[in-house]
Amino acid sequence: MTSVAPGAPPAVSADYRAAPSARVGVRQLISRMLTLCWVELRKLRHDRTELYTRAIQPALWLLIFGETFTKIHAIQTPNGIPYLAYLAPGILAQSALFVAIFYGIQIIWERDAGVLAKLMVTPTPRSALITGKAFAAGLRSLVQALVIVVLTAILGVALTHNPLKLLATACVVVLGSAFFSCLSMSIAGLALSRDRLMGIGQAITMPLFFSSNALYPTALMPGWLQAISKVNPLSYEVDALRGLLIGVPTNLALDVTVLVGSAVAGVIVASALLPRLAK
Amino acid sequence: MSLDPGGSVTSPPAGAAAQPAAQPPGHETGHEATLEGGLALAEPAVNCAGVTYRFGDRVAVDHVDLTIAPGETFGLLGPNGAGKTTTIRMQVTLLKPMDGRISVFGADAATQPMRVRRMIGYVPQLLSADGSLTGRENVELFARLFDVPRSGRAQRVQEALDAMGLTEPAGRLVKTYSGGMVRRLELAQALVNAPRLLVLDEPTVGLDPIARSDVWEHITRLREQAGMTVLMTTHHMEEADLYCDRVSLMHSGRVQATDSPANLKALLGPDASLDEVFRHFTGGTLDEDTAKGGIRDVRRARRTARRLG
Repeated sequence: MTSVAPGAPPAVSADYRAAPSARVGVRQLISRMLTLCWVELRKLRHDRTELYTRAIQPALWLLIFGETFTKIHAIQTPNGIPYLAYLAPGILAQSALFVAIFYGIQIIWERDAGVLAKLMVTPTPRSALITGKAFAAGLRSLVQALVIVVLTAILGVALTHNPLKLLATACVVVLGSAFFSCLSMSIAGLALSRDRLMGIGQAITMPLFFSSNALYPTALMPGWLQAISKVNPLSYEVDALRGLLIGVPTNLALDVTVLVGSAVAGVIVASALLPRLAK
Repeated sequence: MSLDPGGSVTSPPAGAAAQPAAQPPGHETGHEATLEGGLALAEPAVNCAGVTYRFGDRVAVDHVDLTIAPGETFGLLGPNGAGKTTTIRMQVTLLKPMDGRISVFGADAATQPMRVRRMIGYVPQLLSADGSLTGRENVELFARLFDVPRSGRAQRVQEALDAMGLTEPAGRLVKTYSGGMVRRLELAQALVNAPRLLVLDEPTVGLDPIARSDVWEHITRLREQAGMTVLMTTHHMEEADLYCDRVSLMHSGRVQATDSPANLKALLGPDASLDEVFRHFTGGTLDEDTAKGGIRDVRRARRTARRLG
C-alpha cells in the first residue's frame, strides 16, 4: 500500500487548530456548495432518466393547457401577449418547484442510509450543509429548466436572447429552488419519514402553484386569493422570470429581495431542524 | 486491575500509569496532561467522564467513564440497546452529552465539534456509501468535505482506494459492489482525511464470515502501518477477543467492566470465553436491553443485513 498514514499528524492539522473567522466561514460555505453541486452533477451524469420523465408534465401543460387557452383567449394577458408566452415562465417555475419540493426525500433517504450521519461528522456546519444541498437542488432545477426552455423554443415562444437576462433567469430559478428545497428539508426535519413528507409535499404543491400567478394574472383572482398570492414566493419567482424572459413590466428588485430573503430564512429554519434527523 | 463484588472492574489503558482525572469543562489541554507529583501522561485519544444521555425517560447512557489511549484498538461490547451506538454518536459529535464531558485528543466534543471532526474517521453501522456514485466519487466527496487540498486530492483518494483494495472497481457505481466491498469503501472514505481516531460502529454486522475476516484484515493492516487509534462497537464477542487491546462491557447504559479480553477471561478461569465474562458481569440478562431500547437497533441491523443481500 502507498502511505495513507492515518496515524500520522493530519495533513490539515493547521486548519483544525485555527480559530474560525468570517473569511474561513465564507470560504467553507462556498466550498461545500461547490462540492454538493458537484455530487448532483455526477449523479445526473450517471442517470438522466429523471430529467426526461420530469419533462413530461410541463410539456403537457404547455402543449394542452397552453395551446388550448391561447386559442380560446380566455385569459387576458398584460400588453396582449400570447397566452403561451405568458404561461411559459410559469411552467418553468412550476417544474423547478416540483424538483425542489421533494428534495427533502433525499435527506430522509440519506438519514435512513446513514449517509447524513457521515456528512454531519465532517467539518461542515449545519447551515453550510443545508445551503450546499439547497444550491444543489437549484442546480438540478436549472438543468430541468433548460429542458423547458428548449421545449418552449420548439413551440415557437419568443424568449429573450440577451445573455445577461438569461444568466439572471438562471439565478432566479436557483434562488427559488433553494427556498423550496429548504421548505422541503424543513418539513423533512418535522415529518421524519418519507411517507409523511410525500403526503405533505403532494398536499402543498398544487395549492402553491394555483395560488401563484403562474397560470393567470393576480388581477383576475378573487381578493382572498390575491392576498395568498402576495405571500407566496412562487409568485415573485414567476414575476421575475416573466420580466426577464418575455419583457413584461415587473418589479425585479422586489422579486429578487423576496427570493433572497425567503432562501436565507429557509436555510436558517432547515438548519435548525437538521439535528432532529440526526437523533 | 481490580474486581469489586458489585461486578465492576477497571484497568488503565496500556502505556498509562493511571487514568487521568476528568478535565473541567472548557479546560484546554496540551498534548500532555500532568498528574500530581509531576507524572506526565500521553494525552488520551478519547476521554469520557460521567457521560449521560437520555431519550425521553429512558436513560440510554448512564454516567459512562472511559479512557482510550492513543494507538489502542478499543471495543465497546454489549447487546442491542446497551448504549454503545449512543456513546459513539456522542463521541463523533452527532449528539451532545446531557451530562458529563467527552474529549478527543484534548478537544471537547460539545464545545469544539469542528476540531474533533477533523481528527476522526467515522463508519456508521448502516451501509452508508452512495450507490448512485462510483467508488472513487464517494471517496472524493469526503476528501472535499474534509478540505483535502485540491493539489494532492486525487493522489490521496487513490491512496485510500489502494489501501482498501478497491483500485480496480473504483470507476464502477457502488450499487454494483458486494457488501464487503461497500464496507471497505466506507473505510476508504473514513481514511481519506488521515484521521487520528477511526470510529467503527458494528463494522461487520450483516457480512458473511469471509467478508468479515477480509474487513478485519484491512483494519488490522492499517493499524499496524499507521498506529491509528481504533474505537469500535460490536456484539460479536469473538471479534473483540481477537482484535481489541481492551474492551468495555456495556449493559443498560452502564460500563460494567473495562480491561483486556485476556485479563477479563482470566477472572473466570483458564477456559472462560468473553461471552461467559459478559454474562458474569451482566447477570445473563441480555434480553432486557433488547426489550428496553433495542427495537431501533435491531431494525437498523436488519436493514443493513438486507442491503447486503
